[in-house]
This record gives sequence, C-alpha cells and structure tokens, in this order.
Amino acid sequence: MKERVVADLSRLPLHGMGSASATWWGTLAFMLIEGTGFALSVAVYLYLMSLAATWPIDAPRPNLLPGTLMTLVLIGSVVPNYLVSRWAEQQDLSKVKIGMIVMSILGIVPLVIRAFEFPALNVNWDSNAYGSIVWTLLGLHTTHIITDLVDTLVLAALMFTRHGDNPRRFGDVQDNAMYWNFVVAAWLPIYGCIYWIPRL
Amino acid sequence: MRGGDGKRNNHDTDLGRPALETALAETWKTPSSLWGALATVDHKIIGRRYIVTAFVFLALGGILAVLMRLQLAQPEARLLGPDRYNQIFTMHGANMMFLFAVPVMEAMAVYLVPLMVGTRNIAFPRLNAFSYWIFLAGGALLWISFALDMGPDVGWFAYVPLSGPQFGSGKRADIWAQMITFTEVSALAVSVEIVVTIFKQRAPGMSLDRIPLFVWSMLITSFIIIMAMPAIMIASTSLILDRLVGTHFFNPAEGGDVLLWQHLFWFFGHPEVYIIFLPAVGMVSIMVATFARRPVFGYLALVMALIATGILAFGLWVHHMFVTGLPRLGESFFTASSMAIAIPAGIQIFCWLATLWDGKPVFKTPLLFVIGFIVTFVIGGLTGVMVASVPFDTQVHDTYFVVAHFHYVLIGGAVFPLVGAIYYWFPKMTGRMMSEDLGKWAFWLIFIGFNLTFFPMHILGLQGMPRRIYTYQPDMPWHGLNMFVSVSAVVLVAGFLVFFIDAIRSVRRGPPAGDNPWDAPTLEWATSSPPPSYNFARIPVVDGADPLWEQREILAVAAGLRTDRRELIITTVGAAKPEAREASPRNSIWPFWAALATSLMLIWSIFTPWAVVWGSIPVAITLIGWFWPKGTPEDEL
Repeated sequence: MKERVVADLSRLPLHGMGSASATWWGTLAFMLIEGTGFALSVAVYLYLMSLAATWPIDAPRPNLLPGTLMTLVLIGSVVPNYLVSRWAEQQDLSKVKIGMIVMSILGIVPLVIRAFEFPALNVNWDSNAYGSIVWTLLGLHTTHIITDLVDTLVLAALMFTRHGDNPRRFGDVQDNAMYWNFVVAAWLPIYGCIYWIPRL
Repeated sequence: MRGGDGKRNNHDTDLGRPALETALAETWKTPSSLWGALATVDHKIIGRRYIVTAFVFLALGGILAVLMRLQLAQPEARLLGPDRYNQIFTMHGANMMFLFAVPVMEAMAVYLVPLMVGTRNIAFPRLNAFSYWIFLAGGALLWISFALDMGPDVGWFAYVPLSGPQFGSGKRADIWAQMITFTEVSALAVSVEIVVTIFKQRAPGMSLDRIPLFVWSMLITSFIIIMAMPAIMIASTSLILDRLVGTHFFNPAEGGDVLLWQHLFWFFGHPEVYIIFLPAVGMVSIMVATFARRPVFGYLALVMALIATGILAFGLWVHHMFVTGLPRLGESFFTASSMAIAIPAGIQIFCWLATLWDGKPVFKTPLLFVIGFIVTFVIGGLTGVMVASVPFDTQVHDTYFVVAHFHYVLIGGAVFPLVGAIYYWFPKMTGRMMSEDLGKWAFWLIFIGFNLTFFPMHILGLQGMPRRIYTYQPDMPWHGLNMFVSVSAVVLVAGFLVFFIDAIRSVRRGPPAGDNPWDAPTLEWATSSPPPSYNFARIPVVDGADPLWEQREILAVAAGLRTDRRELIITTVGAAKPEAREASPRNSIWPFWAALATSLMLIWSIFTPWAVVWGSIPVAITLIGWFWPKGTPEDEL
C-alpha cells in the first residue's frame, strides 16, 4: 500500500511525563487492582463481623497505640513525599537525592512500628476467623509497604549513579511518590476497620 | 521535559523505504537463538506462543471430555474409578476456564490489539513476556500434578468445606488454588498492558469513536479482569492459609463461613463468563463488518452494550447461589439483574443481524462460525434467562441442564467466534490462508456435533441426572440419551480434529495471503502478513473508523520517529493527539528469570509459609535486574 506522510512528529518530546507516560497509567492500573483487593478484604472483615455474635470474637480489642502511631507517621510522610515529587518535576537532582533518602527512612520506620502492631492485635491468626482477617489485613498492608520500600531503595540508589540525571528517572520518582500516597490512603480504611470498628 | 532532540540523522524522515525497513529491522529484531526466544518482548511472538499454548490446553481438556463421555456412555461403566473421575471433571473445568478460555482471549488481544490500534509493540512488553512464562508455569503445575495423581478433585470452583483442611487431604486442593494464583497474575498483567496500550498508544487520529470494536471489547474485558480477579486471588489465598497455617476463614466452628467462599468465588466467577464472552463479541463485530462488506450497524449501541454488560456482570454473582437459602429480597434483585443482561446481549444480536441484512454477506468460513455463534448463543441465552428464575433454578441446580446451558454459552458464545477468528486472522499471523474446504467441514462437524452433544443434556437434566456423577445405575432412564450424547461427541471431536489439521497444515502449505486477503477495513491489514517486528514502518494516521476502506489507495502516515531506538507514539486518551515519542523496551532475559523465581516461590509456598519469605529474595533480585537501566538508547534518551 502506498503511503503519504501527513504529519512530522520529530518535534515531540522523547519521553512523556505524568499522564503522557505509559508508566503513570500502569501505576494507576496496579493501584486499581490492589485497591480492589483491599476493598474486598475489608468486605470480608465486615461480612465475618455481620455473622459473629460478638466482635471481636473471644479477644480483647486491639491496643490503639502502635496503629495510631503508624497512622500519624504515614500521614506525616505525605509532606516530604509531595516535596520529592515536586523536585522530581523540576528535575532538581540534588534535592531529589536527599528526598529519596528521607523517603527510604520513612519506609523503614513504619515497618518497625508494624512489628509492634501485630502483637497489639491481641489475637492470633489461628485463634478464630476474627484473628484470621485482622492478620490478613495487616499482612496485606505490610506487603504493600515492603514492596514500595524496596522500590524506593532501588530508585534512591539509582539516583546516585550515572543513570540518575534523566527525565525518565525523574518520572519514575514521581510515579513512586504517587504510589506511596496510595499506600498511605489504603491504610486509613484498614486502620479504621482494625482499630475503631471494634470500639463502635 | 526535553524537546525534540534536534539530531536529524537518526530520524526516519529522510529515509527511503528500503533503508527505513533495514534500520527498523535491526533495532526491533529478535535473534533466532534460544536466548532470543527466551528474551523476546515482541508482542506477536509472545501472542503466538500464548495462542498455541492455550490451544494445546484446549486439546488436553478435550481429551478429558472424551474420557468422561466414554465413561458415561453406558451405565455402571468401569473405565474410570470415582477418584480418577473427580480429578478429570475438575481438571476439565479448571483447565478450560483458567488455562484455555481466558488466556486464549487475552492472547488474541496481545497479538491483535497493538496492530489494530497502529502501534509497534504492546505497553510494558517485558511484563507481557513475564505473564506468558507465569501462565506456562501455572499450566505445567496443574498438568504435571495430574500426571502424578495429585490433580485437584474438588470441582473447578473448589467449594469449601470439601476443599478445606478437614476434607481435602493431601495437596490436591492447594494445587488448584496455586494454579489460580499463576493464571490470575498473568491475566492481570496482560489486562494492564491492554488498558495502557489502548489508552495511550493508539494511532494519531484514532479517537474513542474510531476504535475497532474488538479493541473496545478488550478494553472493557481488561477492566472486568482488574476488578474481578482480585476476588479469586483473595479466595484462593485464604483457602491456602486455612489449609497451611490454620486460619479459620471458612471454618464455621471458629466464626468463619463456608458461604463466604461462594461469595468470593462467584464475585469473580460470574464476571469471568463475560471476560470470556466480551472478546468473542468484539471478534464477531469485526468479522460481521468485513464479510457483510459494510461498516457495522450501530457502532455506538454496540459500545454501550459492551459497557453495560461489563457493569451488570458484577451484579449477577448470587444467581450461582440461589439454592443456598439467601434472603428472598436478595434473590429477587439478582433475578432482575440476571434477566436485565439479556438486554445488551439482545441489542448486539440485532446490530449484527442488521449489518448482515443491509450488507452483501460473503459466506466464508469465519462468517459461518459467526452465524453458528448467533444461533447457539441465543439458545444458551434463553436457558440463561430460564435459570435466572429462582424456582426453575432450584429444580435444575447441579443437573445436566446447567451443564448444557453453560456449554451453550461458553462454546457457542466464545469458542465458535474464536475458531472463526482464527480462520479470519490466521493469514495475518502466518502469511498463509487456511483451507476454505476444510474450514466448511470443520464448521459443519463442530456445529452439528456440538448441538447433538449438548442439546440432549438439557433433557437429561430435566430428567434429574446430576452433574459430576462418575456412573449411574441401569434402571435410571438416562441410558439411551447418554449413549447418543457420547456418539455425537465423536462428531464434535472430528470437527476439532479437522480444524487442528487444517491449521497445522496451512502454516507451511497454505496459499500465500497477501497483506489484506479479506479486504478488511482495520489497521492490522495495512501491514504485511505476517507483520515485521516493528509492525508498521511508519505509524498510520486515521480519520475514520474504517481506515482501509476510507483510504483505499494511499495510507496517511506520520514521520519523524527515530530508527536507532525502539520508538512509538504516545497519544491522548480521548482524541488520540500525539503527545510524545516514547521508547519501547528492548528484549530482556530478566522477565524469564523473574517468572522462574516467582514460580518457585509460589509452588514452594504450597508446602511451607516460609517460602514466601525466602522465595521473595530471588524474586526481588530478578525484578531489580529487570528494571535497572542498561544504558541503551531506550533507557537514556
């Protein structure tokens, strides 16, 4: 088939940022998958609760302190996270380097708190269905944090190599920041579910 | 954001056609070596592998069906014992749903969607390679277990408590549950790729109202997968946890609930039907237009019907649970929504009929399968409306009536269009035509064989024959019809054999097809058959829904892309205006290693929970290897 050139695209940028990048949309799609998973897990929690005569089943209510501390740290982490994302948008490498180190630490701190959260549930996963679902909810979110932490650590290391100063990497930093916001947002309904529904 | 790179020497703008093709072939090539085969990220090679693998699973599942028909041909048969029979019907269902039907539809999309939207590779091509290896590993897990007499024996929906720790001894149920994880991971990965390819990689000018209907159907299907498959992953994971570490999700003695399993399973399981059916609908819309020689009637209505079906798909799951004693109001709601879904289905049927009515239909093999589909699917749809009614469903639940119904919907609704689609797109994929003569034989044998096999099952069901029984006593009134069904199944099998022989023979000996043997209007026919590694030497620019019918002599294209890196065009979601030239990843072995590490972790975790901890280390290492920049032009520019 003969061809006729009707457009010259050589002036287009070599890499799209934000919604002009496939990775941004891919990140959103994975957030939709994981968000659906979290929503269904919360639905399982509510379903089991609706069947139980007492809730929690045969266990004291979970201690508030570690979970609430976790919530505060996660909410607080949104501020540096927002700054890293903005610096990445401005392609300010030195600030992004600092920001990525801060965000790596802010990924490790919640894991330390999480180690105290599991005992504070005051129930084991194999005690009863209530224990099973709260451990699962907490476990799912822990996996979430670990995944994002590994991603953040690798990306932070990458920013210190010769591959760092590149619009593609800055785009990765922005997508990583967007994903961290999702990790924080996903925690809030889980926090409410685990710690406050038994207190209603 | 960097602007255009200014350097003109690597652009295609001034290159003549032969020089352009040489440069692109060098940049996009997959070396013909073992390494090349394992590392390729070409969506066409991976799509072809996916399709062939899925059809191998179809053939294996078909062999199991033949074994069941041999066993049931007469009362008190001794060919298969009850334990083997349980494994066989479970394997047949699980294999057909998870290893054939869903993967084959996604495989067709992996191959076709990038070509139909006019781009050079699927979005996230390495994820695509990963998803194929994971799918293959999941299939191998299931079939190797079956060969070792460890095949699951709890039915394809693995209801608890039968599949739970109390009754499901050994590892059979775990094999089923982990096979689910494999296939869902691969399906979710492909869905993300498809969604992003359709949103961001469409040819300039392909606005939302110009997207080919198969591509629309795959967009909706991918969203259904994204919303539905997490439910089955949560279900199968909780089942493994109950069996492995003593959680109590499904144990009523400790506050768990067996119906929770059914809710989670069918919240996925009903949309699953539309995950299989909607791609088929898209294929039909494409083939009807080509062979009626006119654009499809009611494009907007067809798109709206796809979307409506996708939404309603999530409001139907409880109709699989009508006999579990749910509250009556709930049952009424699900009856209403189950009947409502007949409306978008009906709209589509009438649009296709109108297209054929107004067109000048050419009755080639693909169109025969489309017509066979319309007839068969209408029958399956009618019995669907019947079982949507609670009193009727209560009567026929777990009988052969239901077996007949879902084979009409799944084979009639999805396999007929699929086989037609293979006849239709085979020339594009291989460069050769399949035989029209053998195609007609295959169609009539499959169509007649199918109806003779499955229609009598309605009657057997009404006569009270339960599904999943390995034999029956001679004084039951089912003997004659069962023998008839088994003999008819031979005709059906013969039809599929003719189809397989035709396909295998035509790969080497079929007459050369040329670029566009059917004179079809969509972009995949604008390139050679089979397409080159880069799909299109220059990306097409479209200004209508049927570009090759509107631009018969000269195709409008865009220039200005680099040839020294794998480059494609990113366009806006709505109007498909060019936004950026984007790099597309090169071949990489890392997705293969990542899939291997993931498979080891998943299979190991059937036996000990610590596998998740230790197994995730190699997974993390391979993922880092995958994403670490390699200094290629794709990474650095």
